[in-house]
Amino acid sequence: MGKLLRLIGQRLGLGLLTLLVVSVLIFFAVELLPGDLAEAVLGQAATEETVAAMRAQLGLDRPAPVRYLEWLAGAAVGDFGNSLVTGDRVSEAIGERLLNTLMLATYAALIAVPVSIVLGILVALLRNSLFDRVANVLTLTSISSPEFFLGYILILYLSVKTGWFPAIASQTADMSLGDYLYRTFLPALTLVLVVTAHMMRMTRAAIINLLASPYIEMARLKGVYPLKVIVRHALPNAWAPIINVVALNLAYLITGVVLVEVVFVYPGIGQLLVDAVAKRDFPIVQACCLIFAATFILLNLAADVGSILTNPRLRHPK
Amino acid sequence: MKSNPVKSNSLSRRAFLGTTAAGVAVAGLAPGALRAQHKRGGTFRIARGHGQTTDTLNPGTFDNQFMNGLVYAYGGFLTAVAADGSVIPDLAESWEASADAKVWRFKMRPGITFHSGRPVTPEDVVTSINFHRGDDSTSAAKPLLEAIEDISVDGNTVVFTLSAGNADFAFIGSDYHLPILPSKDGTMDWQSGDGAGPYRIVEFKPGVSATVERFENDWNSNRGFFDRIECLAVLDANARITSLVSGDVHAIDKLEPKTVGLMARNASINIHSVAGNQHYTFAMSTNKDPYTDRNIRLALKHAVNREEIVEKILFGYGYVGNDHPIGRGQQFFNSDLAQTPYDPDKAKFYLKQAGVDKLSVELSAADAAYPGAVDAAVLFQNSAKAAGIDLQVNRAPNDGYWSDVWMKEPFSAVYWSGRPVEDSMLTLAYSSGAEWNDTFWDNARFNELLVAARAEIDLDKRRAMYWEMQEILNQDGGVIIPMFANFIFATGPGVVVSDKFASNWDLDGERWWERWSFA
Repeated sequence: MGKLLRLIGQRLGLGLLTLLVVSVLIFFAVELLPGDLAEAVLGQAATEETVAAMRAQLGLDRPAPVRYLEWLAGAAVGDFGNSLVTGDRVSEAIGERLLNTLMLATYAALIAVPVSIVLGILVALLRNSLFDRVANVLTLTSISSPEFFLGYILILYLSVKTGWFPAIASQTADMSLGDYLYRTFLPALTLVLVVTAHMMRMTRAAIINLLASPYIEMARLKGVYPLKVIVRHALPNAWAPIINVVALNLAYLITGVVLVEVVFVYPGIGQLLVDAVAKRDFPIVQACCLIFAATFILLNLAADVGSILTNPRLRHPK
Repeated sequence: MKSNPVKSNSLSRRAFLGTTAAGVAVAGLAPGALRAQHKRGGTFRIARGHGQTTDTLNPGTFDNQFMNGLVYAYGGFLTAVAADGSVIPDLAESWEASADAKVWRFKMRPGITFHSGRPVTPEDVVTSINFHRGDDSTSAAKPLLEAIEDISVDGNTVVFTLSAGNADFAFIGSDYHLPILPSKDGTMDWQSGDGAGPYRIVEFKPGVSATVERFENDWNSNRGFFDRIECLAVLDANARITSLVSGDVHAIDKLEPKTVGLMARNASINIHSVAGNQHYTFAMSTNKDPYTDRNIRLALKHAVNREEIVEKILFGYGYVGNDHPIGRGQQFFNSDLAQTPYDPDKAKFYLKQAGVDKLSVELSAADAAYPGAVDAAVLFQNSAKAAGIDLQVNRAPNDGYWSDVWMKEPFSAVYWSGRPVEDSMLTLAYSSGAEWNDTFWDNARFNELLVAARAEIDLDKRRAMYWEMQEILNQDGGVIIPMFANFIFATGPGVVVSDKFASNWDLDGERWWERWSFA
C-alpha cells in the first residue's frame, strides 16, 4: 500500500510539471494567433486609436514573457486573474459553466458506463450471435457518426416528430433535478451513444481474450454456467483494460463536448473556451485548458490506481 | 419524412422574391399571419443567432446583434428610429437645430425615471455621451461622435455644439452604442444594468440568455406588450429552427437562405423577409496597384455577375447592389442611376483603356466577412474569366479576419450592416481619411459634397447632392457592392408582429421587444 501512495505522490508531482508545460504552450499558442485581444474585441469597429487605448488599459503593450510570469505568479498562489474582456474573476466566469459540464458528463457517465459494461459482458457471452452482431453494428455506427449528426437525428425523432423531449437544453435558475434530467436527456443520450461503443467493445475483447486461458477452460470443465464463468472468473482479470478505456472516455465526456453543447445550446465550458480563444482572452483560455489537462492527468492516474487495485499481483508485488 | 402540403394561400417563392425586391416593404408574411390588436401579457421566448460569453453590458463594446438588440430593451435613448425610417423622440421629447445645423438643443422629457427609480437628468445624458469620447475611450462609437465639440446643460435641455453642421445629428442619438444610463461618480454606470428602456434586466448571462421584465413606469404606455421576455443565444442555425418548430421558442432570427424554402412548408410558421440596408462588398484598396487605376476598378465592376450572386448566395433573399451603399428603401436612394451590368466585353474595353490585356488579381475572402463570402468570390472568379481577368480566390481564416485581412489585403470581402442615414454610411466608409474607409478612396468632389450635404437643410438640394455622390461612387469608387441581403426571421403561431417592419436593423429594427405581442 505504501508503494501505491508513493506512486500517487510521484504522479501528482509529474502532473503539476505537465500543467506548467501546458500553461507555457497555451500562452505562446495564444500569442501566435493573429491579432490580439484589443483587435479581436473591437473587431470590424477597431480604429488605431481605440486599439491603442485598450492595449494600454489592459497592459497588453508589455512584452509577452513579462505577462506570462505575472500570470504564473498569480496562479501559483491560486489567483488565476480576471477575464480581460469582461473583467470578471476567472473562477466566476468558469465556475457555473464547469459545473454544467460536469453535471452533463456525470449524467452521461452514469448511463453509459453500466450500460456498456453490461452490454460488453452480454455480447461476450453471446459472441458471434445475432445479438452480438446487431449490438456491434449499432454501437459502431453511433461512434462513427459525428456527434452533431447524432444530435440532429435524436432531435428530429425524439423532439420535432414526437415532441417527447425539448430540442434545446436551455437552463432556468429555478429548475428541479427532474426538470434538469428531462431537459438535458437528449444531449446526455448523444454523449452516451458516442462513448458506449468504445467501452463495450473493449469489455468484450478483454473478456474474450481471457476465455482461451486454461483456468477458464478448467472452470468450464467443472460445469460452471457460462455467465458465471465470465462474471466470476474472466471479468476480475479483465478490469485493467476496461478501467483504462472507461477513464479515457470519461475524460472525453468533459473535454470533447463542445459540438454537443452547440447543437443543444447547453451552457458548458466548451463554448466558453471557443469564445475566449476567438477574443484572445488569455486567462480564460489558460484556465479552461488547465482544467482539461488536469482532468486527463487525474483520470489517467485513477485508471492506473484502479488497475493496480484490481490486480493482486500488482497489489502484493514480491 | 412527413411532407406537409404547401399551403395554397402561401406565396410561391418567385412571387415572394418579387415582393421583397420591391423595397423596404414587409414581404413574405403568409396571409395567415396575425394582424390583430396588441394584447398585453405573456412570456415571449426568442432564439437569436448571436451572443458570446465575452459579451458585457458596456455599450462601447457591443459588437453583435444580441447586445445591439438587448440595449433597445433596457436602455432609453435620446431619439429612436421609427418603422418608416424617420427619427422620432424617445427620452428627448423634442429638439431643434441652429440654421447651420451646428448647435443642437435636445429638450428632455420631464418625469422619466430609470428602472431603479432615479430620475433621468440632463447630466446623465452628458456623462453617457462623454463616456464614448476622449483620448482614452475604447468605445466603438468614438468616431461617430468626433464632430462634437462641446456638450452642455441648459435647464432641462442638453446642448450639443458640433465642429461642422450635421442635419442628421438627431439620428446619432438612436445609435445602439449610445443608451442614456445613470451616472455614478461622474462617469456612466453601465455595470448595474440599469436603464430607462421599456424592459428591465432580470438576468443577463453572457452568451447564454437575457431575461427582461416589463418596466411598469415606462413613459410610453403604447409599447412593451409582453410581461417578460427570454432571449436565448442559439448560435447553431439548426438548433434555432428546431426550437421554433418544436415550440420551445416563439421567434428566431438569422435564417439561412438555403433552408428558408424548406421551412416555409411548415404552415404554422411565419417567415419574414425584410429588405434592408445590410450589404456585402468586395473592397479594393485604391491606393495600391493595380486598383489605383479607375479603369481597372471599372473592369472588375463589370466582371461580376450580380444577378447570379444574389440567386446563388442569397437564394434570392436580397437584391443587386450598384456599387454604392445606399439601400433601395432609403430617402436619398438614386433611382435614376443606371445599374452596372455584367458585361465581359465592357470589362475588356476598360482593361484596354488601362493598357493591360491580361489582369491577374487576388481576392481574399472568409465566411467571417459574411456567410457565403468564399462562394461569392468563387462565382466572381468564374464570371471574371470571360472578361480575361484571372481572379484568384484567397480563402483566409475566419479567425482574425477583421484584424489581419480586412484593410490589409488590397482586395477583400466585407460586411456592412448599413445605416439608416445616408450621411453616416458614406462618412464611415467613404470619406477621405475615415478610420473605416476600407477602399482608401479619396475623391475631392465626393468629400466636398459630403460636408455640404451634411449641413444642408433644404431637402431637394440635399437629394441632388446625395444622388451625385452615389454616381461618383458607382463610377469611381473602390468598392464593388454586388448585393444587399434581406433580414430573414420567423415567428411561431400566436405572435402578433408589426404591420410594417422597420428595415434599419434585423428583427423589426430591433424594436420587436416593444412592438410585438401575443394574439
